[in-house]
Amino acid sequence: MTTIYVPRDSAALSLGADEVAAKLRQAAGDRPIQIIRNGSHGMLWLEPLVEVVTERGRIGYGPVEPEAVDDLVAAGLFDGADHELCQGVVADLPWLKDQTRLCFARVGVTDPLDPDDYVAHGGLAGLRKALEKTPEEVVAEVTDSGLRGRGGAGFPAGIKWKTVAGTPGPLKFICCNADEGDSGTFADRMLMEGDPFTLIEGMAIAAYAVGASEGYIYIRSEYPDAVRTMREAIAVARDQGWIGEKAGHRFDLHVRVGAGAYICGEETAMLESLEGKRGMVRAKPPIPAITGLFGKPTVVNNVLTLASVPAILAGGAAAYQELGVERSRGTQVFQLAGNVARGGIFETAFGMTLEKLIHTYGGGTRTGRPVRAVQVGGPLGAYLPADGLDLPMEYEAFAAAGAMLGHGGVVVFDDTVDMGAMARFAMEFCAEESCGKCTPCRVGAVRGVEVIDKIRAGQDPDDNLALLGDLCELMTEGSLCAMGGLTPMPVRSALLHFADDFGPGSPNGGGHR
Amino acid sequence: MVSPGSSVTDRVRALVAAHRGDRGALLPILHRIQAEFGYVDSDVVPVLAAELNISRADVHGVITFYTDFRSEPAGRTVLKLCRAEACQSVGAEQLVAHAEQVLGIKCGQTTPDGSVTLEQVFCLGNCALGPAGQVNDRVRGRLSPARLDALLTETVNR
Ligand SMILES: Cc1cc2nc3c(=O)[nH]c(=O)nc-3n(C[C@H](O)[C@H](O)[C@H](O)COP(=O)(O)O)c2cc1C
Ligand code: SF4
Ligand code: FES
Repeated sequence: MTTIYVPRDSAALSLGADEVAAKLRQAAGDRPIQIIRNGSHGMLWLEPLVEVVTERGRIGYGPVEPEAVDDLVAAGLFDGADHELCQGVVADLPWLKDQTRLCFARVGVTDPLDPDDYVAHGGLAGLRKALEKTPEEVVAEVTDSGLRGRGGAGFPAGIKWKTVAGTPGPLKFICCNADEGDSGTFADRMLMEGDPFTLIEGMAIAAYAVGASEGYIYIRSEYPDAVRTMREAIAVARDQGWIGEKAGHRFDLHVRVGAGAYICGEETAMLESLEGKRGMVRAKPPIPAITGLFGKPTVVNNVLTLASVPAILAGGAAAYQELGVERSRGTQVFQLAGNVARGGIFETAFGMTLEKLIHTYGGGTRTGRPVRAVQVGGPLGAYLPADGLDLPMEYEAFAAAGAMLGHGGVVVFDDTVDMGAMARFAMEFCAEESCGKCTPCRVGAVRGVEVIDKIRAGQDPDDNLALLGDLCELMTEGSLCAMGGLTPMPVRSALLHFADDFGPGSPNGGGHR
Repeated sequence: MVSPGSSVTDRVRALVAAHRGDRGALLPILHRIQAEFGYVDSDVVPVLAAELNISRADVHGVITFYTDFRSEPAGRTVLKLCRAEACQSVGAEQLVAHAEQVLGIKCGQTTPDGSVTLEQVFCLGNCALGPAGQVNDRVRGRLSPARLDALLTETVNR
């Protein structure tokens, strides 16, 4: 029996992985083969990446288009034979070997929905360790690890948990933020599709630590595959007695699906949405840890925050804490996206420079042209110029550089990018996605688009640039949440580093060529 | 759902009943209604309001807040193209312009023959393989104009 892996990750599906799997079955003829639909290893430029189990290890072939399958099989794919698409032993590829995979340890390796495979690869070790401790000890472990929220703001997870644990109440919630609306980010999705049990385990640990009995995973509707996989995984976990009625401690989990609103990634808007309301941002205080979902004490954490917890409990806070730099401890799951030759997931300790990630691992741009700009941290993050990439990837260094690490998404642009257009887009996006609660954001963003249009058309540029500056100031100072408050970040950084793109005769004006 | 016969009302009531034990169930219910009928007709608003014991204005407010909920049926094929930053860096704007030209409609519109609805979307989580799109809930990557044309021909003619 030959065992073949063909990813079910939606990035792989987007390039025909299902068709590849079907073709492989066909081409196998009488030869007995077993196809396992794994998650993706995160080397997305190689997708669909087909792996064959041999005595040398798992041999990879990629990118495999459906049309190439017959040829590959004829060349001896089932025996791990050489071919121009053959990448060798996948686990030995430098891109993977150079990573420190804790959160993503099993993604791509295991069958995402096979509970035995999960346990065989270290799954449940964290939950078991947690249940041997008191809830207070678990909170202390997470605090000591230095884990900070991976959803963007970087708030210490242990402190949040401690607040919820310390707030008495018969009903408390764990809410996982899987809204992942930032362009350039897909790690939440890949974890949910590639190793959903880890998220479930992390949520079960959180529930035990703070005394919560109910959990919700709020997944954006743009991720139908993640929704399906997560729901199936929860059913399996209930069946296994990891959660639900059969579990040792009372905790059950539900998936809720968003409905196309970026603002529902903001935690209080997400809670409103979970309550069945419009996704309007709530004023803070009260904080969700004390007055959260339906007014109850609630942990709101990002997918990666919760999915990092099992490894922390399993390996101990000290080991996690040893990784990273300054106040950014442990590993971050970076996501390389946009115009990049080798895009995908790169999990590594905080502190690697952006330069190294983009050039050494990413291989520069996909188009082969020079890198001109990089946006880190999603649509509310700053644009950095090509000569400003020698920046260690950690929260404080980015803040000091006027930028934001955010959810770890890195979007690369080549030298054809029109940065005036990107600044305009930042305002357009804010106008489109604002919840409408406060004027600086709702009206400011619309005005921002108009003013940038005037500047780009050459109308009173000096006056209008001053006006844009004032508008950015007003949005930064006067917005209730980071949607309006941080939209000026991409706009101002584009103005600062790429001022030439804002004139009517600018070289890159008028869009890409 | 053009004429809201009692069958539609009954069906909506049944969907509400199926979610009776769920907290804050309005969104899951609306998703179910849209999955079943293809859109959320304004006629279901009073039914939902009565069943869930909330005001019509609240139900209406929720439906209109979220872009997913349609007020009228979509075309037989729904094509969503990502216009967010990572996809823009590899030509999403040109792809959208191409789609608009080929289909003869703008984003947010349906072709007159009802075959295709074209929509913009901000990120599909396929940002390393852009430009990305979604055809009837199936995500697609590295969409060149030629690949998009082939995909449309294949999907629309099926
Ligand atoms: C406009 C806006 C969008 C956000 N989107 C997300 C998101 O998609 N996912 C996420 O985890 N956090 C998002 N956040 C951050 C959340 O408000 C919150 O900080 C986070 O969920 C807390 O979890 P963490 O501490 O584990 O990061 C967003 C914030 C804002 C202001
Ligand atoms: S800043 Fe914008 S998104 Fe945030 S609360 Fe105000 S209007 Fe809503
Ligand atoms: S930006 Fe287009 S898929 Fe993420």
